Amino acid sequence: MLETSKEHWTTQFVEVIARASTQLPPDVVEALRRGRQREQEGSLAAKALDTVLRNIELAAGNWQPICQDTGTPLVWIHHPAGMSTRMFTSAFEEAVRQATARQLLRPNAVDPLLDKNTGNGAAPGIPTVHCEEWDEEAVEVRMMLKGGGCENVGAQYTLPNPTLKADRNLEGVKRCILDAIYKAQGKGCAPGIIGACFGGDRSSGYAESKRQLLRRLDDRNPIPELDAMEQEIFEKANQLGIGPMGFGGATTVLGVKIGYLGRLPASYFVSVSYMCWANRRAGARFAADGTVTWLE
Amino acid sequence: MKLHLPCDEATIRSLKVGDFVELSGRMITGRDAAHHWLVKELRQEVLPLMRGSVIYHVGPVVKKHADGTYTFVAAGPTTSAREEPYQADVIGRYGLRGVIGKGGMGAKTLAGLREHGAVYFHAIGGAAQVLAQAVKRVETVFQLEEFGVPEALWVIEVEDFPVVVTMDSHGGSLHAEVDAASRGKLAELLGLSA
Repeated sequence: MLETSKEHWTTQFVEVIARASTQLPPDVVEALRRGRQREQEGSLAAKALDTVLRNIELAAGNWQPICQDTGTPLVWIHHPAGMSTRMFTSAFEEAVRQATARQLLRPNAVDPLLDKNTGNGAAPGIPTVHCEEWDEEAVEVRMMLKGGGCENVGAQYTLPNPTLKADRNLEGVKRCILDAIYKAQGKGCAPGIIGACFGGDRSSGYAESKRQLLRRLDDRNPIPELDAMEQEIFEKANQLGIGPMGFGGATTVLGVKIGYLGRLPASYFVSVSYMCWANRRAGARFAADGTVTWLE
Repeated sequence: MKLHLPCDEATIRSLKVGDFVELSGRMITGRDAAHHWLVKELRQEVLPLMRGSVIYHVGPVVKKHADGTYTFVAAGPTTSAREEPYQADVIGRYGLRGVIGKGGMGAKTLAGLREHGAVYFHAIGGAAQVLAQAVKRVETVFQLEEFGVPEALWVIEVEDFPVVVTMDSHGGSLHAEVDAASRGKLAELLGLSA
């Protein structure tokens, strides 16, 4: 039987948040190591990545935040029929408050009307909790911490875009994504991971672009056209020469992940979310027999 | 090279884009709310702490101990571009010799660095643990209640805090160089006129 009490899930969620904030997923660490090998010895890019790799080890060893900007906690929870989405939402919000009190998260929510930090990490819309019912007898939680610096360099385009010679087709989509990577420079803490969505409306497009960031860097898109696009943009973005931190270099992005949604005849949005190198994903599966499996 | 804060103008003018520097001594932190506060009027209480030193764009994670003292738990730089409208004025009015941040700053700040004799030091974004380890002590804090932990002005003592000069006092900017080169490359990849 799956537990149904808010207290139980709050405790579980604090553990997931702790992992997200302090332990970088192995595929991201591996991509950073490969990037380091591509950079010229002694270059600013190489030194930046050396510091990044040392930081990841320190954070993991001490279970302390990889980055001080612990970002917006975004979480997707799948649960069996009959469990309460209100309970899960409220448990996750409470977990954010507890994690903030334990310095696993920074008090990172500002009320813009009062112009005051709420002090506990929560505010209207923060954290962002998505709950969805599914057929399995298990609860699966996947979350990310998305920092403000990288969120600020996200971009949304409407096609056609004459400046980029981008029409309403996949070639046009590609052009927008590359332009967004150029415009971000090092400001989103390059090397970044790109989540993109074409189609949708302004809000669903951005939401899907973020959901793409839950994917492992070494996975492949099952849709051949999108897989080809991901590979091509990855190659080209790394020719831009922006490099780690925007210092110049061969490693500008670590991965490109693309999804799509239906669109209206009048609209053709391309939504691009930029995730910093500190791609703090974490996931866990809670089975009915009480076992917990960490997901990468 | 190693540099002790506060420092004089000649030392700062000797720095060039690409120099690695390890900073030691006293500095102050400040980001969005702090810059707004600093330009609104001259804040006498922080002026002597800032003159000849640097301001660090950071919103740290901070632990408060039972005896009332503080420790920085995580403290990497935040994006500096948001302070572009205010930075040159803050440098001039408070006698700063530099700024620490990430992502670089624009033309107005670059002109301010040249005019007042200051540089932009780039710290590694996201390296919150490496950089928190270089923060040896929290001396005091201003505007904590008003601005909250991330946005308060923390006066800290650092030791061998690692940074790279990416904008110097002679008009050099690595950010402008990389932007121009990557803009050219994008135009080439997309078949656009640069």
